[in-house]
Amino acid sequence: MIDFTVNGRNVSVDVEADTPLLWVIRDTIDLTGTKYGCGIGMCGACTVHVGGRATRSCITPVGDVAGTEITTIEGLDPAGNHPVQQAWRHLRVPQCGYCQSGQIMQAAAFLKDIPSPTDDDIDAVMTGNLCRCMTYLRIRAAVREAAAALRGETTNG
Amino acid sequence: MNFKFWLSIVVAAAVVALAGFGVYAYHPSLPAMSAAERPSFSPEVIEKGRILAAAGYCATCHTAVGGKPYAGNYPMETGFGTIYASNITPDPETGLGSWSPAAFRRAMHDGVDREGAHLLPAFPFDHFTKMSDEDVDAIYAFLMAKVAPVRETTKDNALPFPLNQRVLQAGWKLLFVDFGRYRPDPGKSEQWNRGAYLVEGVTHCGACHTPRNLLGAEKKGEAFAGAAIDRWIAPALTADNPSVVPWSAAEFTRYLGTGAGVYHGIAAGPMGPVVHAGLRELPKSDLEAIGAYLGAGIGAPATDPAANPAVLASLKAGRPDPTYRKDLGERLYATACAACHYNASRIVEGRPELAINSSTRLADPTNLIHVILDGVDAKNGMGGVVMPAFRHALSDAEIAAVAAYLREKRANLAPWPDLAAQVARIRAEGAGH
Repeated sequence: MIDFTVNGRNVSVDVEADTPLLWVIRDTIDLTGTKYGCGIGMCGACTVHVGGRATRSCITPVGDVAGTEITTIEGLDPAGNHPVQQAWRHLRVPQCGYCQSGQIMQAAAFLKDIPSPTDDDIDAVMTGNLCRCMTYLRIRAAVREAAAALRGETTNG
Repeated sequence: MNFKFWLSIVVAAAVVALAGFGVYAYHPSLPAMSAAERPSFSPEVIEKGRILAAAGYCATCHTAVGGKPYAGNYPMETGFGTIYASNITPDPETGLGSWSPAAFRRAMHDGVDREGAHLLPAFPFDHFTKMSDEDVDAIYAFLMAKVAPVRETTKDNALPFPLNQRVLQAGWKLLFVDFGRYRPDPGKSEQWNRGAYLVEGVTHCGACHTPRNLLGAEKKGEAFAGAAIDRWIAPALTADNPSVVPWSAAEFTRYLGTGAGVYHGIAAGPMGPVVHAGLRELPKSDLEAIGAYLGAGIGAPATDPAANPAVLASLKAGRPDPTYRKDLGERLYATACAACHYNASRIVEGRPELAINSSTRLADPTNLIHVILDGVDAKNGMGGVVMPAFRHALSDAEIAAVAAYLREKRANLAPWPDLAAQVARIRAEGAGH
C-alpha cells in the first residue's frame, strides 16, 4: 500500500509502485480534473502539486510520492476561487480547456515562488505547459492579473 | 472673290466630310423578328454555340451578381463611368428575342445594335469582328435555344455628356477598330492560326491584358503588355512577363483548362471566371492551339521547367532548415525542466540552479543522468517534493542533449564525451533507487 494525501484527504492505494501518479489520481482516486496529454512530461496537462511544487504526474511513479501532500485542480481552492482561477475566468482564458487545469496548477505554484514575475519570467516557466488552442497571450495576461491579486493589487490583466 | 472661293471650298469639304461621317456612322434599324420567324437550330450547332459562349465568357459580364444568367445589368466600372451590360436572353421585349441572326451578326461584327445604335466598346466587338459568321451564328443559336428568356430592362448607363452620345462611337471605331474577319498568317502553322483566331476573337484576351489609351482603346503597339483590370493586374503575355519560369505552350494549355498551372499562379480575381466559367469548356485541341499561340508570344525555351535553377532553388528554400534542431537540449530543457527549475532574481529553496549544481560540474555526468532518468522521490532530496522520472519519456539522445546543454551552455564547462552512450549504459543498469 502506498499512502499520501490528496487535497487534504488521506488515501492509501494498492498499485504497483511504478504506476504513474496520473493514473492513480484519475482511475483509482477518481479525480479527473487532471488531464492526460503527452504522457512524457512534455506538455504540462497532468500538472499537480506535490509538496506545493508543480509536478508532472504522468511521469512521476506513485511510489515516489509516498508520504507527500498532493493537491489537484479540485483541491486548489474549496470553492474554485483561487486568484489564478478568478483571473482565468475574468479573462476567459480557456478555449477548448483541456490544458487549463495544468496551466492553472503550474501558475499557482509559480506565483508562490515569484510573486512579481516579468513577462520573461512567465514565459520561461509556463513554456512547458502547451496549449494547442494558442491561448498563450491570455494565459500570460491572467498570470499577471493573478499575481497582482495575490499581491493585493487590482489590474485589468 | 478669292476669300469667298476658298471659304466655299472649306465649307464644302467640311460638309462632305460630315456627310461622309454621317454615312459611315449611320446604320439602319433592322426589322424586328417575330416568334414565328425564329429559326430552328441543330443540336450540334447549339452545342458549338454553348462552347463558344463559354470561351467568350459572355455570361460573366452579361449576368449581374445574384441575377438570372445572361439577363444583363452587370455594372462595368470603366474610367468613363458605369456601363450596364445588356440583357441577351431571348426575351423579345428586353433581350434579343426579336433580333434576327443578321442583327446579332451585325452587333458582334460591327458593334451596332438591332435598332442601328452604336454599341459601346465595353462590349469587345473589336475582337468579335474577327469571328467567322459560322461561329457567331452558333452563339446566336445557343442563346436563342438554350438560355431562358428573362424580362429585365437594362439600366441606363451612368456616362457623362458627350460620352453618352452614341453617334460619337462611330468616330471611336474609325480611329481604333480594324473591322473584318480573322486573316490567317500563311507563314504560321495551322495550330498557331487557330490559337490566334480564338485569342484575338472570341476569348478577347487583349481586352484585359493589353493596356488602353486615354480613349479606352487597346494600344496596338503594346499588345498583351499587361494592364490593370478591376483592381487587379492582368500580367503581360509577352517576353516581359515576370514569371521566373517562362510560360510555355503546355503551361498555358494546362492553366486555361484547369485554372492552375504547375509553375505559375492560379486563375484568380477577374481571371477566375475566364477559366472556370469559360475557356475550360473548349476542346483540348483548342486549348492547345491557344497555348501554342500565347506560348510563341512569350518565347519560352524548349527546356524542362523541372530543371530550371529557379525552380530548384525555390524547392530547396522551402525545405525546413535542419539546423533548427541544433538547440534540441535547450528546447527540451524549456519544456521538460524549466517548469520546476526556475528562479528569477534569487534562488528559491528546492529549485536547484543547475549551472552551479554539483551534478553538472562533475567531470563525469553519471549523477545528472541518474537523476534525469529516474527522478528524485519524496524520501530523497528535499522532503515532500519529487522530481519526475524521464526514463520512459526521453530517449538516450534527448537526455544527452539536455545534459550537454546544462554542461556547456549553463555551466560553461568542457563537453562531456560520449554522452548518449553513457545514458544508454546507465539506463541499462535499471532504476537505481
